Amino acid sequence: MNNTPQDDAELKALSQALHQLYDPVLVEPVPARLHSRPRRGRAAAIAAGWVMLGLCVGTFAGWQLRASRPAVVAQAEVPPFVKRAAIAHATYSPEVRHPVEVGADQEQHLVAWLSKRLGAPLRAPKLEALGYSLVGGRLLPGDNGPVAHFMYQTDKGRRITLYVRTEATENRETAFRYASEGNVNVFYWIDRRLGYALSSADLGREDLIKVANAVYQQLNP
Amino acid sequence: MNDAESIVELIPRLRRYARALAGERTAADDLVQDTLERAWSKLHLYRRGTDLRAWLFTVMHNVYVNQRRAARSTTPLDDEMPELAQPARESDTLVLRDLDAAIRRLPSDQREVLLLVALEDMSYAEAADALEIPIGTVMSRLARAREKLRAMLAGLPPGGGTQLKIVK
Repeated sequence: MNNTPQDDAELKALSQALHQLYDPVLVEPVPARLHSRPRRGRAAAIAAGWVMLGLCVGTFAGWQLRASRPAVVAQAEVPPFVKRAAIAHATYSPEVRHPVEVGADQEQHLVAWLSKRLGAPLRAPKLEALGYSLVGGRLLPGDNGPVAHFMYQTDKGRRITLYVRTEATENRETAFRYASEGNVNVFYWIDRRLGYALSSADLGREDLIKVANAVYQQLNP
Repeated sequence: MNDAESIVELIPRLRRYARALAGERTAADDLVQDTLERAWSKLHLYRRGTDLRAWLFTVMHNVYVNQRRAARSTTPLDDEMPELAQPARESDTLVLRDLDAAIRRLPSDQREVLLLVALEDMSYAEAADALEIPIGTVMSRLARAREKLRAMLAGLPPGGGTQLKIVK
């Protein structure tokens, strides 16, 4: 339009470069999640579907059903916070002298502090019944703000960590999922405002699910 | 082909645009997924006979704006990113990578216009339609985006290409 010819040549070159950069996406296989379209295709039906899903997820029965066969997600679809959780686990769980910033002896202060920083009321679940006691916790930088990181261990020193971050309010991805990142297994879910990732390097899926189950029940009594 | 089939056909195009817009793969596919969900639920609002692709891009634009509003934290950085010292460049592939990085540093409204015109080959009018802004705004944003890109890519040492034309 009001471009000089030289400008147009530049725009053409720019366009070519952009195609070179991004055209490979056109031939990538489309992830399955993008093909799952609602059958009935109507807003009301979809809304009803989400309400049903919410009820399902919100009840213990729903949780059990899902927990019994968690989806193993293709690496590419695992949200980035899960990787961060696994890295945090791998970084802090072998620590002998400084595994946490604030120890379990100051649990009240720890929980109050992390709740304040995340801007959401947190709780450190009690996992003694499963043989895990709270070691303490720390504040971590996440990709969208501060993250709370709780550590638990058995009397033999086997450790699990719970990574808790705040989510966008409209985030509705509440499915419970399982992923492995390196040698760290992570069970994760999003519940209203918070995203959770429970990590362990030595618990298998079934044992990790038991712990995740206990955590979920306590956070949603 | 019915609307539903057409939408499925267009998914790769939506993914390409989302990748250029949002950058990282997971975030881009999240954007596509949210766009599709909204498109399926609002399909009754689509006027048959109009350009379905343009309609989908409008839906994606609105989803994108909402997502960014929710994320907010990254917005203020957009405009005044400091120039970092660049290591010496050798080949043309690095120029492409520079372009990718430079596009990521554009303010998102300018990035959208640039991508719709230069990647999606839309006319000014089509881009104005998709973004629901006046055509003059499309042109001024495009001009600003190009100016910024030029400045960012000109900062490269000789051989790294001050012009995009060397990209084959």
